[in-house]
Amino acid sequence: MDYFLTEEQRMIKETARELAVEKIVPKRAELDEKNEFAGELLRDIAKADLFAVLVPEEYGGMGSGAFDIVLALEELARGCVGVATSFAACGLGILPILISGSEELKQKYLPSVAEGKYWAAFGLTEANAGSDAAGIHTTAVEDGDYWVLNGTKQWITNGGEAHIYSVIALTNPEKGIRGASMFVVEDGDPGFSYGKKEDKMGIRASATRELVMRDCRIPKDRLIGRKGTGFITVMKTLDVSRPGIASLAVGLAQAALDEAASYAKQRVQFGKPIIGFQAVQHILADMAIQTEAARGLVYGAARHIDAHPEDASKVSSMCKVFATDTAMKVTTDAVQVMGGYGYMKEYPVEKMMRDAKILQIYEGTNQIQRNVIGQELNREYA
Amino acid sequence: MKIIVCIKQVPDAKDVRLDPKTNTLAREGVAAIMNPFDRHALEEAVRLKEQLGGTVTALSMGPPQAKDVLLEAISCGADEGVLVSDRAFAGADTWATSYTLAKAVQTLGAFDLILCGKQAIDGDTAQVGPGMATQLKLPYITCVQKTREAAEDYLRVERMMDDGYDVVQLPLPALLTVVKDINEPRVPSLKGKMRAKKAEIRVLSAADIGAEPQCIGLAGSPTKVARVFSPEPRGNRRMFSGTAAEQVAQLVEEIRGYL
Repeated sequence: MDYFLTEEQRMIKETARELAVEKIVPKRAELDEKNEFAGELLRDIAKADLFAVLVPEEYGGMGSGAFDIVLALEELARGCVGVATSFAACGLGILPILISGSEELKQKYLPSVAEGKYWAAFGLTEANAGSDAAGIHTTAVEDGDYWVLNGTKQWITNGGEAHIYSVIALTNPEKGIRGASMFVVEDGDPGFSYGKKEDKMGIRASATRELVMRDCRIPKDRLIGRKGTGFITVMKTLDVSRPGIASLAVGLAQAALDEAASYAKQRVQFGKPIIGFQAVQHILADMAIQTEAARGLVYGAARHIDAHPEDASKVSSMCKVFATDTAMKVTTDAVQVMGGYGYMKEYPVEKMMRDAKILQIYEGTNQIQRNVIGQELNREYA
Repeated sequence: MKIIVCIKQVPDAKDVRLDPKTNTLAREGVAAIMNPFDRHALEEAVRLKEQLGGTVTALSMGPPQAKDVLLEAISCGADEGVLVSDRAFAGADTWATSYTLAKAVQTLGAFDLILCGKQAIDGDTAQVGPGMATQLKLPYITCVQKTREAAEDYLRVERMMDDGYDVVQLPLPALLTVVKDINEPRVPSLKGKMRAKKAEIRVLSAADIGAEPQCIGLAGSPTKVARVFSPEPRGNRRMFSGTAAEQVAQLVEEIRGYL
């Protein structure tokens, strides 16, 4: 379908597509099997200037918001969701700085991210704080010209690989989550180290690791925004980032459809290619309908969010839920169309099915997203 | 360092066929791509530029539509594109092509290095690089698989051999032809694409480069192609279908019949 992209937007999509075809697809199976971080591919993404899409022009980038990022992520994910997740996490990691950070912090970090020299990560989740973000235990205490952070973040994408981490910690524990603040922690900061590396079902080309802060001392100016605004920054960050996750799902669903349809055209059973059988055609038709519907919603939501609307949370949750549930269904159907071959590691769709599952879980489970939508509806129809 | 990269537009090898009537390459509806070896030459040029500073000029001889590969070269890091194009060049063999490109290089002025792909995938002669170097009286090394050391006035490179490689040092200016092992080419970058969108390709005619009429095109070509033909298929053949595993099973069954 024609989504009336500008020439620049078409270039972003095309660049990401070429990267996926030429660089990502040939390496994805090996990275998946070895559970190996796709550092080399992130450098390729940097060389192609796609990191610049994450950063606005005034800080050395070429980005003009969520929609551009969605276009890049969709095509990268069509190659490999693990690789695309690592790139997406760089975008997520700098959003708190972009949304609430001081001019100094923006000038300090964003130009290096735009060049792809610095990779970023976002540290929210802890052992007891997942869907319930209020459960965080990490603390930050003022000590002269420094903040001293203590706590452990878990399941952090790009953990151990990124150069800068946006981390939330309690600066006023009595106020609970309303007493939380965000900080930039740099790789190499005293008292900052990395813990357990996770062995995941899917997106195995991405690094997922613990961030360990033991009396981690960082200069005062690393506070993002004002003290106590951490939770608001996180919520605003996720409103902008969710369409990105949704676009990973669209790219993945498209890839699964591509594989299943081309397989069905060449696989002969009962004397003809199986795409000629209505039972198979209907599965493929549903996959195509759902993928295109998801794309339409995600593109629409991203454009809407770029206009800074009041209902950003609802719309971004809607596209995240729909697209990621679609990716799970479409990848499962792709395996079904390909039968035994689809189940084998020799073909790419079993990886796609494994990769799809996380999309329904991370950056807010799809149940939490429905909560957000429901609460918003409850307010709207008051 | 001022580097010139020679680039040829060729038909996509996945789609090559002969016109059954004329026995020449069917170009209608066949996608044109940058000669794959030349992509590696371009990548090496851009890496040398990133390392030592300087400029990269992409040079091609061909019909007007060959501008496309020069724009692609700009999107991959070249600074400018120059197309040598004239009806009078039509039918050139490797000698006339080498002569024409050498004249174009002289027209462009001083340079430090010329990089070419080992060969083009349509003609497969591997003669134009060495031919140009000879015309320009330049030292040259073919089949370079690695740049070991690059300085303002010399290069030390590895030349691929059947049983290993030679390490060769040569003074600049010089010409190298490269093999695919030399690097992994980047894809066109976003900023490169935007540069290419605005770029003007300079077009040079036979008169612009001061080419002697008897040295260019068909008239300047000592090689005459007597006949081009598709060989008749010999013997019986049968294509297996299905997955790789199924095809192998069928083939094994077939061979068993002859044992």
